[in-house]
Amino acid sequence: MTVTLAPAADTAGTVDTRTVERGAIATLAHGLRTTPEFREGLLVTVLLALLATAGRVVVPVAVQQTIDRGLSGDSPDTDLVRRACLLAGVAVLVTALASYRMNVRLYRTTESGLAALRVRAFRRIHDLSVLHQAAERRGSLVSRVTSDVDTISTFMQWGGLLIVVSVAQVLLATVLMLFWSWQLTVVVYVCFLPLVLSIRSLQKRLQVAYQLVRLRIGELLGAVAESVVGASVIRAHAVEARTAERVDLAVDHARSSQTKAQRIAAVTFSAGELTAAFATGAVIVVGVLLGVDGDITTGRLVGFLFLVTLFVQPVQVATEVLNEAQNAVAGLRRVLGVLDTPTDVADPGEGGTAGRDLPDGPIAVRFLDTGFAYPGGPEVLSDVDLEIAPRTRVAVVGETGSGKTTLAKLLTRLMDPTRGQVLLSGVPLTDLRFASLRQRVVMVPQDGFLFDASVADNVRYGRADLTDAGVLAAFVALGLGDWVAGLGDGVASQVGERGESLSVGERQLVAIARAYVADPDLLVLDEATSAVDPATEVRLQRALDSLTRGRTTVAIAHRLSTAEGADEVLVVDRGRIVQRGPHAELVQVPGTYQDLHASWVSQSR
Amino acid sequence: MTTAAPAPAKGVLRRGFGILWVAVREQPGVFTISAVGSLLFALTTIAQAYVFGAITNRVIVPSIRDGEVGPAALALSMLAVMLVATLKVAGIVARRLGAGIMQYRLQASYRQRVTRRYLSLPFSWHQRHPTGELLSNASSDVEATWAPIAPFPFAVGVVVMLVGTVGLLLATDPVLAVVGSVVFPTIAVLTVLYSRRMSPLITEAQQLRGEVSGIAHESFDGALVVKTLGREGSETDRFQAKAQELRDTMIRVGRVRGLFDPVMESLPSFGVLVVLYVGTNRVGSGAIDAGELVRVAYLFTLLAFPVRAIGWVLNEMPRSVVGWDRVQRVLTATGNQSYGTERLAPGPAPTTLELAGVGFSYGDVEVLHDVSFEVAAGRTVAVVGPTGSGKSSLASLLVRLVDPDRGTVRLDGHDLRDLAPGALAEVAALVPQSAFLFDDSVRGNVTLGAELTDEDVWAALRVAQADGFVAALPRGLDTVVGERGTTLSGGQRQRLALARAIVRRPRLLVMDDATSAVDPSVEQRILAGLRHAASTVVVVAYRRATIALADEVVYVAGGRLADRGTHAELTERSPGYRELVTAYSRAEAEPTVGAA
Repeated sequence: MTVTLAPAADTAGTVDTRTVERGAIATLAHGLRTTPEFREGLLVTVLLALLATAGRVVVPVAVQQTIDRGLSGDSPDTDLVRRACLLAGVAVLVTALASYRMNVRLYRTTESGLAALRVRAFRRIHDLSVLHQAAERRGSLVSRVTSDVDTISTFMQWGGLLIVVSVAQVLLATVLMLFWSWQLTVVVYVCFLPLVLSIRSLQKRLQVAYQLVRLRIGELLGAVAESVVGASVIRAHAVEARTAERVDLAVDHARSSQTKAQRIAAVTFSAGELTAAFATGAVIVVGVLLGVDGDITTGRLVGFLFLVTLFVQPVQVATEVLNEAQNAVAGLRRVLGVLDTPTDVADPGEGGTAGRDLPDGPIAVRFLDTGFAYPGGPEVLSDVDLEIAPRTRVAVVGETGSGKTTLAKLLTRLMDPTRGQVLLSGVPLTDLRFASLRQRVVMVPQDGFLFDASVADNVRYGRADLTDAGVLAAFVALGLGDWVAGLGDGVASQVGERGESLSVGERQLVAIARAYVADPDLLVLDEATSAVDPATEVRLQRALDSLTRGRTTVAIAHRLSTAEGADEVLVVDRGRIVQRGPHAELVQVPGTYQDLHASWVSQSR
Repeated sequence: MTTAAPAPAKGVLRRGFGILWVAVREQPGVFTISAVGSLLFALTTIAQAYVFGAITNRVIVPSIRDGEVGPAALALSMLAVMLVATLKVAGIVARRLGAGIMQYRLQASYRQRVTRRYLSLPFSWHQRHPTGELLSNASSDVEATWAPIAPFPFAVGVVVMLVGTVGLLLATDPVLAVVGSVVFPTIAVLTVLYSRRMSPLITEAQQLRGEVSGIAHESFDGALVVKTLGREGSETDRFQAKAQELRDTMIRVGRVRGLFDPVMESLPSFGVLVVLYVGTNRVGSGAIDAGELVRVAYLFTLLAFPVRAIGWVLNEMPRSVVGWDRVQRVLTATGNQSYGTERLAPGPAPTTLELAGVGFSYGDVEVLHDVSFEVAAGRTVAVVGPTGSGKSSLASLLVRLVDPDRGTVRLDGHDLRDLAPGALAEVAALVPQSAFLFDDSVRGNVTLGAELTDEDVWAALRVAQADGFVAALPRGLDTVVGERGTTLSGGQRQRLALARAIVRRPRLLVMDDATSAVDPSVEQRILAGLRHAASTVVVVAYRRATIALADEVVYVAGGRLADRGTHAELTERSPGYRELVTAYSRAEAEPTVGAA
């Protein structure tokens, strides 16, 4: 699997396309390098793992000792057997303790490492402009810090552990086998060789089968979702039977893909069992022949047969573990891909004292021959050269896709221009420390996104230290005191997921209060397009008036009434500013603005 | 996200076995195959130990002692080992495939049953249940219900194997049998104890994973707010706190597992050691021979792992019971709409519509009170009212997505509740506000499987002003749209949904703000086109121009019929209406809005 973020590069260009595809080992090594938490005490854990598997060869040794020495004489040597068993018992106990410690350590190390990795990736994603440039990619970004990390976690604790234990087990068994009889060791290895060699291809088939299962399950969920989400359409057109057929088909496809995967898994598993049996038979035949020549004792031969069983499980689970491992490595690669992506809009003040602060006082805006293009695309904004005096209220109007929003994003440094530069009060935006920039320049986005918390908590996103009383005071200052009082619990009212307990207009009211408490000197408003009811509309206007008073304001206007009330209007058309001036002037001259205005008037009056 | 409900503490095992019994009754064939396979596996496992002991006794020990061996004995040994292993493998394949197929069939069957139920339950039931919950009922809950099926036949075989083992031990030596009957039940009991300790932790971890994911979703969705207010740091702190909670829970999981795993691993080893020690004494006293001792020791080694299968089944039971309950809640949900036998007189003529004293509640809140009005055949009526005034409920009532609590809705004089199933859909069509598209071609989305020619489809697309963009799609009518297909704009989706209604030549067409994302000038053309159709049209509208096109306006406020008349009349005599329509105009008429 490739770095899944890469496709975003086409549209956003924020992902490092130089990131080369790393192999599994290189990815793991890279993961260990980036996350020191994984390395902590790794050596001790590996040693414990070796010790922990020692217990598994204790039993074959005890069997060998019992037969060769305890039962070899005419009467059994009970003392010797007791000593051997006692010793073996202690060994098993030590093994168990080592195993316990290893488990605990492994969980602690991996979970700490994964938590750190998760948090780092989360922060990095927030720093990437892809987040707000390509909304449709959000889902996949969420999975970088959730399911991708969870996949690694699950693997570490089942497959990863199994790999460590299996490798150690096979190693120890081999050492012991070599010590007892190198000839029989060769026999065992020759028997298992074909299976080991075919693991890779079996695993590939299994992987293909599992991928198909995942795909089919996805389709199944899609079909079920249609029957739930489309409930009204299905009833209104009485297409229940057709929908049921579609679901049945998806369910059947999913079931047959599952069955196919299960078949491959069963065959693989059986191959391990058969191989083990063949190895056992071969060891008996060759072992007896060797024993007849006096090359091996009875106890060692029987012990050998016990050791063969230690090979079975690792081989049997190898395909499944390899599969899991591949998924985990792919997950890790995707998470590391996020961490490796350089932030395109970097904070000059990050990690040091570099960068400048905005001078105090009202902010003047200057665009110097600015242009912007998404990577590989044409310029969506060209030749913007303008100055906005402090405390001016400017409205930007234009058709959808004309470049209005791009202008706002450049102004708030959500993106950097590809040509020219933007200055605030004479300071280039790229020199401004984020701490200063975000404090003084605030954008009120179109959807007025609210978090699943109380009204007050949402307002506090603008200023963290504000008390509930302070929040209430802000609403009152915006002329929204009566609105807050009308909410069930005042400012403590919960707004629900994405603020869905409030109407669209009410969400905007909270967003305005949030911007108000941040007390910015430059305000960028992206006006909402959706309709709100008349009462809320009145409140919105009043609140916006209070909010913008005395601040430099750039409003991306979707309503011409906003333009009518602004000091100055900027008309954007196909990426260029085609007109600017007060409404009263622009409406007099033939041009884009007059057309827009005429169309609006005919619609609304 | 499935919120893991706390597993009912009492009777879980009893109820869990009840669910397994249901599974056996529903899939007796595959269950028998897998149970027989498991049994074969059990018997061959014991046979393996037996063969092993016999070979040790009769071939290995004497050959090495005497320094000579007959090739026949060796060949026979090899043959015996391979024969038993082949049978064992046959058992494994039968067990695994049988159990897998059984599980998948049950999942498939219950998924079908749940969706069938979704399709037959009334729309009002859907409105009461969140989409996420319904989706997880059909996916993860069904999965959880049948999770114990995978190891179930194995466990059945293991139980038989245990009985066989104890029998074999008894036949060999009663003293060794005592050791076996202590070790194996202990493993099974420990497995249960383990799951008792583990399952609340796993549930907690699952819950926390959901919360971690919730924060990430929310934070990334609100990225613009977070970034423009410079709140990345505090958002990261919020995420970190939850991620660390999850980490701590997982470390606790590690501790429990770290304790149980070695105990489970070492128990059989201790068993073997005890067997060796006791066995040696027994060999000394002549009660058993060396071969029998080896056989018992080998048996212990072989059984240690399968015994856990019993634990696996018990492990999955709490989840299974919770999943079963949730699935049953859907399967036993009531509230089917009742139907009569009447049909409207055939013909293409538009219908009359009559509401008499209609009251409707959503939950405990009555959203429509005593609404009565009539619409003559062929008229176009606009329903206008502020947000939350009950307009959408009204639209739902007209096509019987819901039934009124009081009063009646009549079409050509027939109470909707007296119409035969499917009879209403033949004459009436609703175009809802949010256009829902199936993961299907444009054609499939318009016809919904009805036998219609491409000309019919294109004609409908033309009326819906959708022919232009459909023709421009890469594969025209065959372009797959919807979830995994071509992405369409909101306005395009709405126009396809509209064409879907128009192609059915409805005699009553109800549009619930169905063109909100369509450019106003395009909307005008659509409405003009509809005037040529033989339909009575009820349109929930916001735009002044749309409203003005209607023959009549029904003005709804506070769930009541506030006034009705032409747009001009209402504008003149109703101040509330006037204010509302002006506000809409201000908000909606902006020419930059909307995708054409």
